[in-house]
Amino acid sequence: MALFESILFATVVAGTPLAIVGLGQLIAEKSGVLNLGAEGMMATGAIAGFAIAYETQSVWLGMGAAMIAGAILAGLFAFVVLTLLGNQVATGLALSIFGVGLSAFAGKPYESKILPSPQVLEIPLLSDIPVVGPALFQHTWPVYFSWVLLGAMMWFLYRSRGGLILRAVGESPHSAHTVGFPVIRIRYLATLFGGAMAGMGGAFLSVFVTPLWAEGMVAGRGWIAIALVVFATWRPLRVVLGAYLFGGVLITQLFIQGSGMAIEIPAQILSALPYLVTIVVLVIISRNPNTVRLNAPVSLGRPYRPDA
Amino acid sequence: MVYGSPLLAIALMLIGGFLVFFALGVDPIEGFTVYFYQPVSDIYGIAELFFMATPLMLCAIGLAIGFRANVWNIGAEGQFIVGAICASAVALWLDHWASPWVLFAMVIAGGLGGILWAAIPALLKTEANTNEILVSLMLVYVAQLLVSYLVHGPMMDPMGFNFPQSRMFEEPALLPVLIEGTRLNAALLFALSALLVGYVFMQRSFLGYQMRVAGFAPNAARYAGFSTRYMVWIGLLAGGCMAGIAGMTQVSGPMGQVTEHISQNYGFAAIIVAFIGRLHALGILFGALLMALLYLGGEQAQQYLNLPSAIANVFQGMLLFFLLGADVLIAYRIRWLSASKTSEAKH
Repeated sequence: MALFESILFATVVAGTPLAIVGLGQLIAEKSGVLNLGAEGMMATGAIAGFAIAYETQSVWLGMGAAMIAGAILAGLFAFVVLTLLGNQVATGLALSIFGVGLSAFAGKPYESKILPSPQVLEIPLLSDIPVVGPALFQHTWPVYFSWVLLGAMMWFLYRSRGGLILRAVGESPHSAHTVGFPVIRIRYLATLFGGAMAGMGGAFLSVFVTPLWAEGMVAGRGWIAIALVVFATWRPLRVVLGAYLFGGVLITQLFIQGSGMAIEIPAQILSALPYLVTIVVLVIISRNPNTVRLNAPVSLGRPYRPDA
Repeated sequence: MVYGSPLLAIALMLIGGFLVFFALGVDPIEGFTVYFYQPVSDIYGIAELFFMATPLMLCAIGLAIGFRANVWNIGAEGQFIVGAICASAVALWLDHWASPWVLFAMVIAGGLGGILWAAIPALLKTEANTNEILVSLMLVYVAQLLVSYLVHGPMMDPMGFNFPQSRMFEEPALLPVLIEGTRLNAALLFALSALLVGYVFMQRSFLGYQMRVAGFAPNAARYAGFSTRYMVWIGLLAGGCMAGIAGMTQVSGPMGQVTEHISQNYGFAAIIVAFIGRLHALGILFGALLMALLYLGGEQAQQYLNLPSAIANVFQGMLLFFLLGADVLIAYRIRWLSASKTSEAKH
């Protein structure tokens, strides 16, 4: 493969977990729930997926287990913030700390184990296109899944009745409740979906990309995914494009480190690039206060208690 | 219930711990003895408990000041590391000066380092409206990479056989030990003074009052004309300064040099401590001791029960989770209504 082709290929792979997790977060945030626990759910999903895939030798069971693990953590979070009306920021932090700790604890027996390389699905015809074909259409299935997810979400959020209800709940829970929609139940479902996607995004790393488990392998991607939703001003297509942009940053620094150019620039400074880029992009998006204010779901992060 | 809910959370965590031990096939009684009693069964253990609690107290009291005003600095870990780097730079630079002022200079450098790192999210929050949670967190990863770069490069011990660590500090750059034969050092005095200052600031000063108002009722604070920008700066810089000093106490303690692994996630654990302690100085003292016990218990569990020491993170996460859940009892009174009564209540 030519250099450009392999960079494009690797960019898509690196962007996919961010896209899946970001899209899941987007649904939760659209319903008004800010779950800062994405990092913890990703880490737990990564170990759950790896462990089950390793024990059963089935990638599908592994991915299923990862989604369930992410959803269970999200369910705990939802119970505390939606039923017990806990503070969403603090509870999300707790979930991150808990999930990362749990994954380190549960993952000890699986360190230094390795899964067989995952199967690549070549899309017929499309993968024959020069340059773009091999870079975009010779991936493992979660990559295609993220595209289907994007399409489904764009349809759901802006073309379906369910999406309208979801957005109504996030914009004005009181009105939605008055009209007769079960605000709390809808928020539960949206949060659980976000958790399942975070678990899956984490497991994509451990089951498909590496494919092995190492403590701390999520390395802040959950937080970057949360930041992505802000960059994307809560729009699904922009979440995915943003994810690839970040995938590109992650990959370019690896390629520079891998090539001879690294002599002048220390590896650690290159590794810090994705985090620095996150900060810079956040600043650019947030600088105009109206960009965030006009696009963020109005009730984001605020508890809601229906008056009995 | 303000003070009851931490106790409830601790009780729930112990029940959770019971289930965890049970699920792992460890006799829960033995598990609890090894985890919660054995670490503090002698004077060395108790000294070790206070030693571990010291950086947690320092970080948590600084964070609490910001959290009170809803300024969410979650990057104490990064500020801790940068503080440790700056203090180490001073220690290595002044290595021929045998004077107690070396330690003083290191404290100042550590505090300034933490302040510098916390000033970035503060500046971006006030000038560009950027979310301080995400920025301060991203800077944790940058700080970890920065210290890794320094100990592999400019700060590496030239005689150290290429190990990623600095030279050992000279005697004047090390904190004096308080109890002979243990690792407990003068850093505890810094932490206790910080708690005192934090208490006076939050409970007795006008600025502390303004910050509490801003946290409880942002609209009231705005109406009263309290400057939000000022509070963002104070909240973040207080956290940064304390975390930086905590970082200084680590390199200047038994470690005596800077390495890649200065912090054992103290900056994150301190977030839990601040909440368990109800953002209050005395509460933070107890919260830090409890959290230190969870760390020590994790080490014991690794040694005697063959469990990974990461079990400590599981306990810590559970504790914070239960606490936030139990807090519902502070804000609301729970009434159990049967279905018929509920329908009556609606009419």
